[in-house]
Amino acid sequence: MIKNKVDLLNKYEIDKVRMLNRSGEVLTGKKEVLVCAGTGCMSSKSIKLIENLESAIKDHGLDIEVHGTGCFGFCEKGPIVKVMPDDTFYSEVKLDDALKIVESHLVNGEVYRKKLYVNPLTKKQVETTNEIPFYNKQVRIALSNCGFINAESIDEYIGTTGYQGLAVALEMEPQAVIDVIKESGLRGRGGGGFPTGLKWQFAANNKVETKYILCNADEGDPGAFMDRSILEGDPHSIVEAMIIGAYAIGASHGYVYVRAEYPTAVQRLQIAIEKARELGLLGKNILDSGFDYDMEIRLGAGAFVCGEETALIASIEGERGMPRTKPPFPANKGLWDAPTIINNVETYAVIPEIMKRGSDWFNKIGTPKSSGTKVFALGGKVKNTGLIEVPMGITLREIIYDIGGGMDKGRKFKAVLTGGPSGGCLTEAHLDEPVDFDRLKELGSMMGSGGMIVLDDKNCMVDIAKFYMDFMVEESCGKCTPCREGTIQMWNILNNITSGKAKLKDLDLLKSLAITTLNTSLCGLGQTAPNPVLSTLDYFKDEYLNHIEHNKCDASVCKDLINKYVITDKCTGCTICARNCPTKCIKGERKEMHVINNEDCILCGDCFARCPFDAIKTR
Amino acid sequence: MIKLKITLEQIESLDKRMEKHSEKPGPLMPTLHDAQKIIGCIPNEIQELISNKLKVPIAKINGVVTFYAQFSLVPKGKNVVGVCLGTACYVKGAQAILDKVGSTLKIKSGETSEDGEFTLEATRCIGACGLAPVMSINEEVYGKLNVSKTIEALKEHEGVTLND
Repeated sequence: MIKNKVDLLNKYEIDKVRMLNRSGEVLTGKKEVLVCAGTGCMSSKSIKLIENLESAIKDHGLDIEVHGTGCFGFCEKGPIVKVMPDDTFYSEVKLDDALKIVESHLVNGEVYRKKLYVNPLTKKQVETTNEIPFYNKQVRIALSNCGFINAESIDEYIGTTGYQGLAVALEMEPQAVIDVIKESGLRGRGGGGFPTGLKWQFAANNKVETKYILCNADEGDPGAFMDRSILEGDPHSIVEAMIIGAYAIGASHGYVYVRAEYPTAVQRLQIAIEKARELGLLGKNILDSGFDYDMEIRLGAGAFVCGEETALIASIEGERGMPRTKPPFPANKGLWDAPTIINNVETYAVIPEIMKRGSDWFNKIGTPKSSGTKVFALGGKVKNTGLIEVPMGITLREIIYDIGGGMDKGRKFKAVLTGGPSGGCLTEAHLDEPVDFDRLKELGSMMGSGGMIVLDDKNCMVDIAKFYMDFMVEESCGKCTPCREGTIQMWNILNNITSGKAKLKDLDLLKSLAITTLNTSLCGLGQTAPNPVLSTLDYFKDEYLNHIEHNKCDASVCKDLINKYVITDKCTGCTICARNCPTKCIKGERKEMHVINNEDCILCGDCFARCPFDAIKTR
Repeated sequence: MIKLKITLEQIESLDKRMEKHSEKPGPLMPTLHDAQKIIGCIPNEIQELISNKLKVPIAKINGVVTFYAQFSLVPKGKNVVGVCLGTACYVKGAQAILDKVGSTLKIKSGETSEDGEFTLEATRCIGACGLAPVMSINEEVYGKLNVSKTIEALKEHEGVTLND
C-alpha cells in the first residue's frame, strides 16, 4: 500500500534503478530486451516473438528479462525489438530471428547486424534509436513511456516518476492545480483545441456535491491511433491525470469511455486501474490527502458520433449516442445532469508531466498559442508510417520529409489530409506552414485528433471527398435534418461526379449544400462533415472539372470513368503486374513489354497502383 | 441463415451479469455488451428479457441495439472477415481488397454466407495503419496486403475453405 507521499518516494527509490539502467543513465550491467506489444506489431506476431526470445534466453541460461511494451511508433518497420541499455534497434524481426539475436547479441555481445535498421538516405545500417531520422525530430512527452515501460507493470511506471505529478497536485489547493493547467496553455488534443484549464475552471466553479470526470477514448477518426497507443503503452498516465483532474474540479468518480474495438487497450487500462486501486492510489484518502476518487471503464459500441462529448455522455447513460444541444455545456450539466469534464486521452497523457515540471516548461515547447507537442498517426504514401510526437509549430515538410522519410516509391506528393473526416486537405503550397491549431484552421483544415494521411498522384481528391462523405452518411446519428439529409445529398452529388453523371452546375449545388450543412447542424459531426468537400473544392477544383467536363479521373481511381487499362512502351518487363494480377490476365516475358487481356480484366487497378515505371495508363 | 440456439446456461450467465450491472447507474450498455458476447447477437427475445430485468422499455432497448454497429440482431458467421476501410488503408487500395474478398466469398459487406461460414465486414480503423492495408480474419490481423496476398491469407487461415 502507498499511504502517503513518503511511501511513494520510497517505492520510487526501489523501482527507479531498474528504469535508469534501462535508459542507460545508471548502469548496473544488466541487459533487458524490449519488444513492441502494440497493436501494429502484435499483428506481426510480436507476442510469439516474446515467447521465442524468452525460451532462447532460458536455453542459454541467461538472466535477462524480456518485456512487452507499448508502441514504439515505427509501425512500418515492426515488429521492433530493442536491447537495453545499449539502445540497439532491431526492425522487422521475424520469429526465427529471436534465437539469432539472443546468440549473437546477448551471449556473444555482438550486435546481430542482419536486422539493424538501414537509413534510406545514407544506405547505412544504424545501431541505436537516436541515429534513426524517424525519431530525431520527435519530442516525446505523451509518448515518453510508450515503448519504454511494460504497460502492465505499475512498478515500472512508478520507477519513471509515475504518480509524482499526482503527489505534487495533492499538496496544492485545487484552484492552484487549475491555474497550473491554465498557465501551461494546454489545449484539448481531441481536435477542438479548447483550453483545458478553462474547461476545468467552469466545472470547479459549480459548487455542487456530485461531479464527474470523463476520458474520451472513443477514437473515431479512421486513420488515427494515438489514443489507442497511449492506453496500450502508458495507461497509468491516464489514471494519474484523471485523479489530478478530479481533485482540481472536485469530482469523486470518473469514467473512461473506450472503443470496444480496442480490446488490448481496454485490458491494459483495466489492469492499470486495478493495480492503482490495490496500492491505494485510487479509493479513499489518496496519498493521505483526504481526497477520495475511483474510476471505471465504459465501452463504446461502434458509433463515431460518440466522440462528441454530449453523445458520449448519452451513451454512458445507456441511451442512443445522440448529441444534445449546447448550452448547457457538460461542465455545467453533463453526465446524469451533474457538472462533467471530458478530456481526450492525449490531453490527459501530458498532465502528470506538467504537474511535475511546471507550466513554464510546457509553455516553452511549441508555439505561443499552441503550447506543447502533438501526436500524429502518420500514414498513407510516406516511407515511414507510424506514430510520431512533434512540437507544435513544426512544418508539414519536416513531418513528411524528415520524419516520414519522404514519399514512398519516389512518387509525387499531392496532398496531406489532417483532421480525418472532419478536416481537410493541404497541398504542396502549404508544406512550409507551421502545424498548430489556429494555422490549420485558417488553411481550411483542422488539427483534429491527429490523423495525418499523405496522398500521392495516384489518389483522386474527389474520390477522397466521397470516401469521407460515405463515412459521415453512415455515422450521422440522424437527429438533426441538415446532417442527416445534407450528408446523403452531398454524397449523391459526389457519386455522380465520380461516375461521370454530373453537370457543371452540380458544383454550385454541392458548395451551397456544404455551407448549409456546416452552418445549421446540431453538433460537431455535421458542422465539420462538409470540410473535406470544401477544402478539396478549394484546392483541387481542376480535378472536379476534369471529372465533369472530360469524364477523366487524373489519378485513374474512379472506376466508372475507366474503360480499360493498357500497358505503354514504358514497360520494362519487370513482371510485377503479371505476378500479382488476381485474374492472371497480364501476359509477357521477362524484360519484354507486357500486354493486358482486357476481356478478363476486372479493372481492380492493382497493376496500375503497383507499376514502378508508370507504364500503365487508363483509357 | 444461421439458426440461433440459446442455452439455459447463456441465459443464466447473462442474468448474473445483469444483477451486477444493476448495482451501478447506467446498466444498459454494459448489459448489451455482455449479451452480444455471451449469445453472439441480441434478438428480440433477449431484448425482452433485458427489458424485464432492468425495467427499461423494450422499445428503448431496441433503439439502442440498432443504433450501435457493434450490436447485431442476427448471429454472425463462424469466421468474421473484416477488411479495414479506414483512411490509411483506403488510400492504399483497401476497396480493391474488399471487392476481392466479397467476390471470393460471394457475399457483400455486412452479409453472412448462406452456409453460415463467413461474415464479411467493412470495418473502420483497427489501428494498424502502419501496416495498411489490413484485414482481419477472426482475431488475426493481416497487414501490408495486396489483392493476391489477400487470397493467400484467406486460404492459409485455418478452417477456411474456398471453393473458387
